[in-house]
Amino acid sequence: MGDENATVTLMIDGHEVTVPEGTTILDAAKSIGIDIPVICYHEATTANGLCRVCVVDVDEGRLLQPACVATCQNGTQVSTRSARVERSRRTILEMLHSAVDLGQAPEIQSLLDEYQADRERFPGAERRTAPVRDDNPFYVRDYSQCVLCWRCVQVCAEDAQYTFALTFSERGFHTQISTAFDVPLPGSSCVFCGQCVGVCPTGALKPKIEWGLEQGWSWDQIREGTRRERKAPRRANGD
Amino acid sequence: MEKQIVSLDDVLRQYEGRRRDVLLPALWDVQTAFGHISPEAARQISTTLRVPVADIYGVIGFYSLFSEQPQGETVIHVCTSPSCGLAGADDLIRATCDELGIAPGQTTPDGRYTVRETTCLGLCDHAPAALVSQRGNGEHSVAPVHSPGELASHSHKPRTAAVDGVKEVFLQGTQPHRPQTLAEYGDYAALRHALEHMTPERVIETVEESGLVGRGGAAFPTGRKWRFTRGAPGQPRYVVCNADESEPGTFKDRVLMETRPHLLLEGMALSAYAIGAEQCYLFVRGEYPEATAILQRAIDDATAAGFLGERVMGHAFTCRIKIRRGAGAYICGEETALFEAIEGKRGFPRIKPPYPTTHGLFNKPTVVNNVETLCVVPGVIRHGADWFRQWGSQHSTGTKLVSVSGHVNRPGVYEIPFGMSLRALLDEQCKGVRGTLRAVLHGGAAGTFLTPNEIDVPITFEDLRSIGATLGSGAIMVFNDTVDMRDVLRRLGAFFEHESCGKCYPCQLGTQRQMEILNRADAPLPGDRLRLQDIGQTMTVASLCGLGQTAAMAVLSAMDKWPELFDSD
Ligand SMILES: Cc1cc2nc3c(=O)[nH]c(=O)nc-3n(C[C@H](O)[C@H](O)[C@H](O)COP(=O)(O)O)c2cc1C
Ligand code: SF4
Ligand code: SF4
Ligand code: FES
Repeated sequence: MGDENATVTLMIDGHEVTVPEGTTILDAAKSIGIDIPVICYHEATTANGLCRVCVVDVDEGRLLQPACVATCQNGTQVSTRSARVERSRRTILEMLHSAVDLGQAPEIQSLLDEYQADRERFPGAERRTAPVRDDNPFYVRDYSQCVLCWRCVQVCAEDAQYTFALTFSERGFHTQISTAFDVPLPGSSCVFCGQCVGVCPTGALKPKIEWGLEQGWSWDQIREGTRRERKAPRRANGD
Repeated sequence: MEKQIVSLDDVLRQYEGRRRDVLLPALWDVQTAFGHISPEAARQISTTLRVPVADIYGVIGFYSLFSEQPQGETVIHVCTSPSCGLAGADDLIRATCDELGIAPGQTTPDGRYTVRETTCLGLCDHAPAALVSQRGNGEHSVAPVHSPGELASHSHKPRTAAVDGVKEVFLQGTQPHRPQTLAEYGDYAALRHALEHMTPERVIETVEESGLVGRGGAAFPTGRKWRFTRGAPGQPRYVVCNADESEPGTFKDRVLMETRPHLLLEGMALSAYAIGAEQCYLFVRGEYPEATAILQRAIDDATAAGFLGERVMGHAFTCRIKIRRGAGAYICGEETALFEAIEGKRGFPRIKPPYPTTHGLFNKPTVVNNVETLCVVPGVIRHGADWFRQWGSQHSTGTKLVSVSGHVNRPGVYEIPFGMSLRALLDEQCKGVRGTLRAVLHGGAAGTFLTPNEIDVPITFEDLRSIGATLGSGAIMVFNDTVDMRDVLRRLGAFFEHESCGKCYPCQLGTQRQMEILNRADAPLPGDRLRLQDIGQTMTVASLCGLGQTAAMAVLSAMDKWPELFDSD
């Protein structure tokens, strides 16, 4: 293991910065006031480098580096806004917008504006849609708004709760967050801790009350809706 | 067919007390016995292996050969990748479906047959090819398939495994058309020599001196990889053989495994000796049932003869080799995704660094090598580094296996000395191109196109690089001027869309958008060319792993060479 007090010095957008060894480029940039955009990154969950909107140019290498996981290397030159970086970020944002309902993701909306992303870039693109899953009194799942940041799966598992109620179905573009065999949440191992709702960056996971208000429910309806397991009558086979 | 009465308990009994690393084997056993993996089966596996049931569901959904839905008693997977496409795969699927009265992806009402399209089965030299799964019996390959009737037959087709060319390193003069037995192969003389006369350090040095670099695509120096792993802290260390060979147009590893299984096992044992490992894993793609059976038999024979197992040949060296079967996921050829698969997880690639040499299988120092790489090692140990260097160039030493398919008179696997020109390979070894050459896809789906005036290039890493091409896994697909290149691109686009794991956005979204645009290439929308470039460049520089980083290579090279392909007619 390296010396705990070891530091590295590098240039970020022309500014010299010295940070402890092991610091991510994201944190080093933040320390000198340079904001690198993120979507999947969250302080409370393990960074997996999924969204790649945080990519930066390091020494003009063949590949861009994800700033949320890549650590600072001594003597390197980092550019957070090179032409390749901008093109990649814009294209990722345009593709994301073409696939997912981002109507309730204000942070991503401002990134779309900042990078001058064309919201109609991909005409005829297949979207990831899914029916709203309203199967419990606590929260509602609308995977048409899911950006697959994995945070909910992670807090449900080793990052926090060790409940293991959530996983993925299928793979690639058609991946969706799911319970085992897509059973309603009350039939899964979910303990309704609500941590997943807390970390969801879009409107995909939403407290039932908030959702009810959006639907125009009265308080009576909300009181009713958040006390019953589901709105729909129970199926014969139960959970 | 007689229905076998097996219960879940019967199938899962052998897994009592085991953990997650046998999840894929357990799922395979259930899939084979029942034709699908039901919620009940998943719950029972969950309690047996102590793995959350949600995780098991996630794993089932990731691998194409596992199904949570009931399927036909016989499932027919027909390859639609480029070489099978040229050989009439679409007609075969249509005829089969017509005969059964279903559409691709459907099951006949009597529950007997399901027909599916699939990506490359590694039988491109016998195109068109199919893989048939039978409930209760497992898989077998059928190739070439001339009519739907052959798909339903229960017989295995004997296939000649034509390795030709210089035949020096891999074949050593012999050209077996069937698995070499232990008696024919010999007594693991290279391993014996190493155990008796060489330190592990000397084995590593010799491999370094030979100049051998990995044959799986990344061309990393093999000796250096072994040295890093041997020097890494942490025990135990592992050797993993990557036999996931799923790059479209690549089938050399299948032929090696089916004809020279002991060569591979001896190479693995030498690697284990060199790095100080006792446990080796051989990860074979699920679509290679014949190779899997041949290797298991070879492991049993070699172990019985004392060439593998405890105290090999009386020395203080133990080497156990376990086979793990993949289940239909090209991404599991990526080394870290492969580790995840062996660990019983979805095949998501890990972020590197850390690298496998320090944090590999079960987070331990691990050597992962391609089948062909390991098959080179016994020769190098027996005859020395200079022997290997007599072939090739300074930077591309030795010989190389290439898989040639498409429009040549004799498709197959050829062993060539590095430096042979592509033209000589096609004209002399493969007996010429059928028709007038239009293009060569060099390096597999992740490779680039070469035009007829580029085929004098000598096949070496450095010469190919100088013209912007790659060797990749040694796949060479040949297309004559009757081929609709947009159709080829569509098949490549569909391949990457199907195989993206979905972990990182550039590839998860980019492979889908790229496929959509390629699908409308006959009537493109204004701006499609720039869309493809933006998607392609973004995938190439921003994706997490090699799949996304190469998923646009062929498209971008086609755009460079035949810009007119992307104009509207
Ligand atoms: C998407 C993808 C698929 C791959 N498939 C294979 C494969 O099927 N076989 C293989 O040996 N290497 C494959 N590789 C390369 C491996 O990650 C790894 O580099 C290789 O197994 C190392 O062995 P080598 O050094 O002997 O080549 C693949 C890489 C990627 C990114
Ligand atoms: S549901 Fe929300 S937290 Fe979960 S992956 Fe989707 S966007 Fe992320
Ligand atoms: S590049 Fe593709 S295959 Fe690789 S991690 Fe990203 S989504 Fe998965
Ligand atoms: S924030 Fe770094 S990859 Fe998503």
